[in-house]
Amino acid sequence: MTDLKAATARPVVVPPVDDEELAAGRASRPRGRRRLGPGRPIRLGFLIGPLLLLGVWIWGSAAGWIDPRVLTAPWTVAATAWDLWESGRLGPDLLVSARRFALGLAFGVAAGLVLALVSGLSRWGEAIVDGPVQIKRSIPNLALLPLLLLWFGIDERMKIITIALGVLIPIYIHTHNGLRSIDGRYAELAETLRLRPAAFVGRVVLPGALPGFLLGMRFAVTSSWLSLVVVEQVNATSGIGYMMLLAGTYGQTDVIIVGLVLYALLGLASDSIVRLVQRRALSWRRTLED
Amino acid sequence: MTDTRTAPRADTARAGAVVLTDVVKRYGRGPGAVTALDGVSLSVEPGSFTCLLGASGCGKSTLLSLVAGLDDISGGAIEHVDQPVAMMFQESALFPWLTVLGNVEIALRVRGVGRAERRRRALELLETVRLSGFAHKRPHELSGGMRQRVALARALAQDASVLLMDEPFGALDAMTRDLLHDELERIWREQRLTVLFVTHNVREAVRLGDRVVLLSSRPGRVLNVYDVDLDRPRRIDSAPVATLAADITDALRAEVGRHAG
Repeated sequence: MTDLKAATARPVVVPPVDDEELAAGRASRPRGRRRLGPGRPIRLGFLIGPLLLLGVWIWGSAAGWIDPRVLTAPWTVAATAWDLWESGRLGPDLLVSARRFALGLAFGVAAGLVLALVSGLSRWGEAIVDGPVQIKRSIPNLALLPLLLLWFGIDERMKIITIALGVLIPIYIHTHNGLRSIDGRYAELAETLRLRPAAFVGRVVLPGALPGFLLGMRFAVTSSWLSLVVVEQVNATSGIGYMMLLAGTYGQTDVIIVGLVLYALLGLASDSIVRLVQRRALSWRRTLED
Repeated sequence: MTDTRTAPRADTARAGAVVLTDVVKRYGRGPGAVTALDGVSLSVEPGSFTCLLGASGCGKSTLLSLVAGLDDISGGAIEHVDQPVAMMFQESALFPWLTVLGNVEIALRVRGVGRAERRRRALELLETVRLSGFAHKRPHELSGGMRQRVALARALAQDASVLLMDEPFGALDAMTRDLLHDELERIWREQRLTVLFVTHNVREAVRLGDRVVLLSSRPGRVLNVYDVDLDRPRRIDSAPVATLAADITDALRAEVGRHAG
C-alpha cells in the first residue's frame, strides 16, 4: 500500500528521448565493423607502397642487379642530394619550383572553382563556359606551350599561367559534377526554408559540391607538378626541372634521379595532404572510406 | 467535446489558417495530361490539426507542396491568412554537412536572427524536442526518430504559424512513432500551431487529427471529412481511436478497390 502511494506521489516527468529510440539509433552503438568492404584503416598506410618500391630499389642496387649506369643506387642519390643541398644549389631551385607550383595551383583552383560555379548554377553560364573548357581539356599543355611563350614571354608569368591552365580542368570537371549531383531534396529544402541565393550557394551548394571539389583537388595537385616539369624543362633558368635538364647535358644521372625523387616526394606529400583534408572535411559522409 | 483545445482561438497571436477553393493541379498538357487534384476545397481552422488521408498516388503530397508554394496550382485558389508556412518531409531532410545545431540555426539565420540569439533560440528548440545533448552531433550519428526531432525543431525555428507535415513519421518504427505523436501533440498545443498533416496511416490520422480529410485517388478529390471528437491526449491503441479508424479504413478500402477493379 505504501509502495503504491509512493508511486502515485511521484511527480509526473515527461521522459527524455526513450531508450528504445536510442538503442534503435546509431547514437549509443559503437560503430561496428563491416564484414564486407576494405576493412580497418591502416595507420600511415599510404606510405607502404612507396616504401616497398624503395626497398626493391635498395635491395636491387645492393645485390648488384641494378646497373648503376642504368639507375643510380639510392645511397649515391642521397649523397648527391646532400652535396647539392650543402653547396647551396638545391635549396634555391627547390624554392623557385615550390613557388611556381603554389601560385599556379592557387590561380588554377580559383579559376576552376569560379567557372564551375558559373556553369553549375546557370544554364547560360554552362552554355558559355562548358564548351571552351572541354576544348581546352582536349589540347595538351605541351601543344599550347609555343603559343603561351609568344603571348606571355619566357618569364614567370607564362609558367604560372601554363600550370594554372592544367589545374583548372580537373577542378572544373569535378566541382561541376559534384555540384550537379547534389540531391534535389536539398534544393527543395532550401526553398521551403526560403534561403536567399547567396545563402543557398554558401550553405548548400559549396558544402554539397565539396566531395567533387576535393577529388578534383587530388588531380589538380598532381597536374600542377606535371605542368611544372614541362615548363621548367622547356624554358627555364632555375627550378628542379632546369637542374635536371642541365644534369642531362652533362650526363649526371644521379642529379636527374635526385630531381625525379623530389618530384615524387612532393607529389606524394601534396596528395596525402589533400586526402587528409578530404577525410576531415567529409566526415559527415558514411562511406566505405571510414 | 470536453477538450479545452477546441475552443475558438482567434485571440491567439500565432493563429493562422489556410483556405483552399476548388484547387486543381494538372501535370503536362494535351491528351497526355494527368490531373492530380480536381477541385479540392478545404478550410483549415486556425490552431486546428487536420490530417489528409489517402492511398498512395492520391495527390496528398502534391496538395501540401501547393500549400507550401513549392509548385503552382492549375486552377482554383489557395489563401493564406498568415503567410509563412513551415514544412517537414518524410525523409529527414537535414543537411548532412551541418551539425544538429547548425541545421536548426539555418532557419533562424534566414530570418536575420543575430548570432547569439540564434544559438540561444536553437538550443531552446532542441530542448523542446528533447535533444539537448545532441547539439553537436551530425545527422548520420542520430537514429531516424532523432533526425525527425531535429527536422521538427527546425520547422519550429521558422516561426511559422502553419506547419505542413508530409508523412513525417512514415519511415519510423511503431514505438518511436508513438512517442513522437505525443511530442507533436504537446508542441502543437503549447505553440498553438495550425497543422496540416499528410499520412496514409489511418490510425495515425485519427490519433492526431481534429479532422481527418479523406481524399480519393486519381484525380484527388475530398471524399469525406471526419470530425474526431475524442478527448486528448489520445492513445493510438485505444478503443475509440480503433473504432473510428476501422470506419475510415472501410471507406478507404472501398476507394482503393474501386481503382484496383
